[in-house]
Amino acid sequence: MKNYWKILYNGIVPSNPVFVLLLGMCATLGTTSSAYNGMMMGIATAAVLLCSNVVISLVKNLVPDKVRIPAFIVIIASFVTVLQLVVNAWLPSLNASLGIFIPLIVVNCILLGRAEAFASKNGVFASFLDGLGTGIGFTLALVLLGGTREILGTGKIFGAEIFPEDYGMLLFVLAPGAFIALGYLIAIVNKLRKTC
Amino acid sequence: MNKLTISLSPHIHSGDSINRRMWNVVIALLPALAVALWTFGLPALWVTLVSVGSCLLAEWLIARFLLHKPCTLSNGSALITGLLLAFNLPSILPLWMVAIGAIVAIGIGKMSFGGLGCNIWNPALVGRVFLLISFPAAMTTWPTGVSSAFNGFTGASTQSDADTGATLLTHLNSGDVSMADYNVLDMAIGQMNGSLGEVGAFAILIGLAYLLITRTITWHIPVSILASAALFSWAFGGNPVLDLLAGGLMLGAVFMATDYVTSPMTHSGQLLFGFMIGLITIIIRKYGAYPEGVSFAILLMNSFVPLINRYFRPAIFGEKERRQTA
Amino acid sequence: MKKLASTLPNMILSLGAVTIIAGSILGSVYTVTKEPIARQEAAQQQQAIADVAPSFDNNPESDKWETTIDGNTFTVYPAYKDGKLAGAAVKGSTMNGFAGEIVVMCGFEADGTVKDYRVLRQAETPGLGTKMEAWFRDPTGARSVIGKNPENTSFNVTKDSGGQIDGITAATISSRAFLETMRNAFEAFKSYKNSESSKK
Repeated sequence: MKNYWKILYNGIVPSNPVFVLLLGMCATLGTTSSAYNGMMMGIATAAVLLCSNVVISLVKNLVPDKVRIPAFIVIIASFVTVLQLVVNAWLPSLNASLGIFIPLIVVNCILLGRAEAFASKNGVFASFLDGLGTGIGFTLALVLLGGTREILGTGKIFGAEIFPEDYGMLLFVLAPGAFIALGYLIAIVNKLRKTC
Repeated sequence: MNKLTISLSPHIHSGDSINRRMWNVVIALLPALAVALWTFGLPALWVTLVSVGSCLLAEWLIARFLLHKPCTLSNGSALITGLLLAFNLPSILPLWMVAIGAIVAIGIGKMSFGGLGCNIWNPALVGRVFLLISFPAAMTTWPTGVSSAFNGFTGASTQSDADTGATLLTHLNSGDVSMADYNVLDMAIGQMNGSLGEVGAFAILIGLAYLLITRTITWHIPVSILASAALFSWAFGGNPVLDLLAGGLMLGAVFMATDYVTSPMTHSGQLLFGFMIGLITIIIRKYGAYPEGVSFAILLMNSFVPLINRYFRPAIFGEKERRQTA
Repeated sequence: MKKLASTLPNMILSLGAVTIIAGSILGSVYTVTKEPIARQEAAQQQQAIADVAPSFDNNPESDKWETTIDGNTFTVYPAYKDGKLAGAAVKGSTMNGFAGEIVVMCGFEADGTVKDYRVLRQAETPGLGTKMEAWFRDPTGARSVIGKNPENTSFNVTKDSGGQIDGITAATISSRAFLETMRNAFEAFKSYKNSESSKK
């Protein structure tokens, strides 16, 4: 049982996909203009990751090694497309804010990375936990980054005003602010991980 | 000067040091500061004091508590960053924005990379561009009624942006001003609108002369920037005199681009560096969305400095022959 | 279970199976979601028309009329009440903004007075050009376009000669593009009225 906890925890802190592995940077930088957007992108990615990890660990023995990458990509892409159609049909407001980024989940290296490194070598339940842990880690990182940028850029957090918007530093909402905020967050997280 | 001859010791120390050169730059900045105070009055003084003060404080705090390094205030580099940042701001910018710009300039622009000598980009320009992107409205709001020539112009047209003046470049960019509306002499002595330090071209030239006489900098970067800007301004159908005097081109060419840390080491590299800054500046002014492009041009070329240094590396003594034989 | 060896038949079989299963799942999800997606898009359009146009009892979408101004398509959704033209919602766009396309749904009364507008799509600079949704309905100064008629008010920023609408501070390009779309939408509405009256 302890081992399973370790798998779950591993994805959240010691090998956090954003702050430690630096995977999925496109989605990380692109969608975190607010805490809400970051959270939604994190949850969407986590959902796909969970499904793809489980399915890939189920079919891992049916897929010959030489064609495993195309097979995994097809599986991941299918889940992403399903997600996109569902969001399009029933969650129009989410579609408006995340629209273009949902298809990009396909090329998010976290998915293929976990499929390659974990799901293709481990059992279904372990892969499920790994997907869950990594997904939670990714979501937390995105919420943290999105929240930081939202507070600094617009003075709000999850849309609730903390200080007047006129005092917000617009740069943090724009792309360069994403890089700067991410850099400092990585520095802080690394420092904390070392001292803990 | 490219050959370095080293004899046996003992050597005579010329007395040159980082500190001395930095203080030379401070002295060279004084005429432009005087013009800024004369043109914009007391607000310019507050902006300068807050900017310099925040820079010094930020440098001290970061060096002391984050980097645990000895205090580096006395080398004057933080003072220069503070002055240059203030020179790049409008005089009526809220003071808390000035402070944020100073903290960003020192914190993100310089200390993140490890302090003086390690930064890739000119810290003052990092601060300015940060403010420009973060607070675009405040950073492009200039005091009205500064100069006589300017009054005549703003008085004639009803400004859409309510009570905000616009710089000459803003007008040039929207294509509704001609050379006839401006008095070149006014521009040269600082009677025009803009950021603190960019208004007095003449004062900046005095500073340049001082820097050249004391051999703090060489002529390569400023001259190549101004020449290339004038050339391309003419080539793109602009008015070279206007382009040289307006905006922050003079200030950037003399004080920003010549920063030791963020400019190429060899003279040929410096010429290319300056040439590209002039070209990019004119392209941004002419085709870009921002009316002024000097700061972006310098920051862009700062990024290329390591590459320029690599390709314009002076041949090590004896290396030429070895290359030929190899 | 032992892992399948990478022989050619194995590879073809497994890849084929994966793609067939994935394809069939996608196909079925697509059929299920097709109708809600179409409904969603139609609802958005209808909502925007109902928001900006005067009240109507016809179906503006089935009565729509298209024209092209400066290479951009303008769609007029006329609003009729009791058989009389009450106004229209005009969807128009421009590429002259700061970044990308700006799509605006403009609502006009029968005489051309602007009733309301919705910015449907834009990618302007956050904090500057993006203010357009709120700015041009703000009664401060001469910002608002609501209740003004392009016939007797110059829909240009006051910075440009003759303009009578205050542009967004530090976002003149976005303001010009927005007002240009409004002007063209008004032209589209006028030519629609002309074509209707010549039919009678």
